[in-house]
Amino acid sequence: MERAELAARVLALVTEIAPDVDPGGVIAAVNFRDQFDFDSMDTLNFAIALHRELGVDVPEAEYSHLASLDKCVEYLGPKLNAG
Amino acid sequence: MQIEYRMPALGADMDSGTVVEWHVQSGSRVKRGDVVAVVETDKGAIDVEIFEDGVVAELLVQPGTKVPVGTPLALIEVESSAPSPAPAGEGGGEGSSLATSPASARERSPDGRVRAPDSSARQRISPAARIRARELGVDIGAVTGSGPDGAITREDVERAGGERPSPPPSPAKAGEGAEPSPPPSAAKAGEGAGKSMRDAIAASMSRSKREIPHYYLSLTADVTPAVDWLAAHNAAVPVTERLLFAALLVKAVALACTQEKGFSGFFREGRYEEAQAVHVGVAVAIRGGGLVAPAILDTATKPLPALMEEFRDLVARARAGRLKASELAAPTIILTSLGDSPVESVFPIIQPPQVAIVGAGAVLPRPWVHEGQLAIRQLCTLSLGADHRVTDGRLGAQFLGRIARLVAAPDSPEWRAN
Repeated sequence: MERAELAARVLALVTEIAPDVDPGGVIAAVNFRDQFDFDSMDTLNFAIALHRELGVDVPEAEYSHLASLDKCVEYLGPKLNAG
Repeated sequence: MQIEYRMPALGADMDSGTVVEWHVQSGSRVKRGDVVAVVETDKGAIDVEIFEDGVVAELLVQPGTKVPVGTPLALIEVESSAPSPAPAGEGGGEGSSLATSPASARERSPDGRVRAPDSSARQRISPAARIRARELGVDIGAVTGSGPDGAITREDVERAGGERPSPPPSPAKAGEGAEPSPPPSAAKAGEGAGKSMRDAIAASMSRSKREIPHYYLSLTADVTPAVDWLAAHNAAVPVTERLLFAALLVKAVALACTQEKGFSGFFREGRYEEAQAVHVGVAVAIRGGGLVAPAILDTATKPLPALMEEFRDLVARARAGRLKASELAAPTIILTSLGDSPVESVFPIIQPPQVAIVGAGAVLPRPWVHEGQLAIRQLCTLSLGADHRVTDGRLGAQFLGRIARLVAAPDSPEWRAN
């Protein structure tokens, strides 16, 4: 999957979990938590959505790789392309 | 016979609500528990349920109309006159007997099963967009969403609002007291929901500080066993079955309420009444400001996996502005968990007419004496705000101690028995 496509799909999942977040205003390098108060419940829902939409299983111990859009793309890209 | 379906009171301080949309029309068959309308309140857009079986005879209030609590919203033809008990029991603020009118009735008609409104088919729309749509008089049914899964965004609403003139507000048919919501000025756009939610919180908390003689206790618990248990559990189950520490807290509070009296109930008209079932409300922060505390019904009797699933659903709906009336009115005690913040402890304020609230700070590794040795342990400071008209510090200490013991040992026999 192309980087840009992956970023778009991840962003769609983030705004599904946080419907009050403006997708156009998300800064890729900044942690979700700092940008819009992503909490542990949001992170769990995000992991569930990634599993459902992309088939990727993110262990709880690796949640830190899901902290921002950039980190997600870095972390998920190789997993998806390897799979 | 016909009964009146009235605007419910969703908390002690709600005096009016706006019907945003109806999910039924004249002739629709309804059964107890069906969501029949969406009502905009200080706490966001709420799905309101009906507590009778019957057929809708007439809708009395047009969407967009703001009416006082107790105003008849619809006439329902019901078939018998046996009284139906209110849902989720005794919950809610004063006068919030929800939608049941005095002449409430229920009878399950053999062919009367009507599908509840399908929430997945409902138009996805962000709370901000819903508010903007109302301000601009835009019919959301006619807006094409550009957000994820076709969700309507604020921009979509504004685009639609710019393209067509606002329809005139529909006149209310509900008679006295009904008033169409005035269109807020454009300058106030966006702060509408936040402001009214803030007003609701202010009213409730001011009343609490004015009327309730609080006492506060706190206790630091070594929750390392729970943290380890959770990590092992979450590593072993599918992602959809992972648990959060907050779910353990919710369950522990509920179990403690079944063991110690005086914390789960309501203080009304000068006397305390213990609730028959424990419905733990969870304080959910709304992004951009505000707070709601919907309940996980019958918390004490729910196994952890079911409780977690409901908890997840409840938080999602609270943030999307899709709570049910019964959930908002039900809490018999509230848990406020600041576990996602750097805060160590919280001094929680009771939400009247409840009599207790439990707080939890972040779970953090700290130095601690464990089995006679200095060790690094996962610690969580639990706190209790309780009503001195009902309990004293000694009982409060027992209650908080129970919660701490329960939460620290989720694999104990006490848990497994539930």
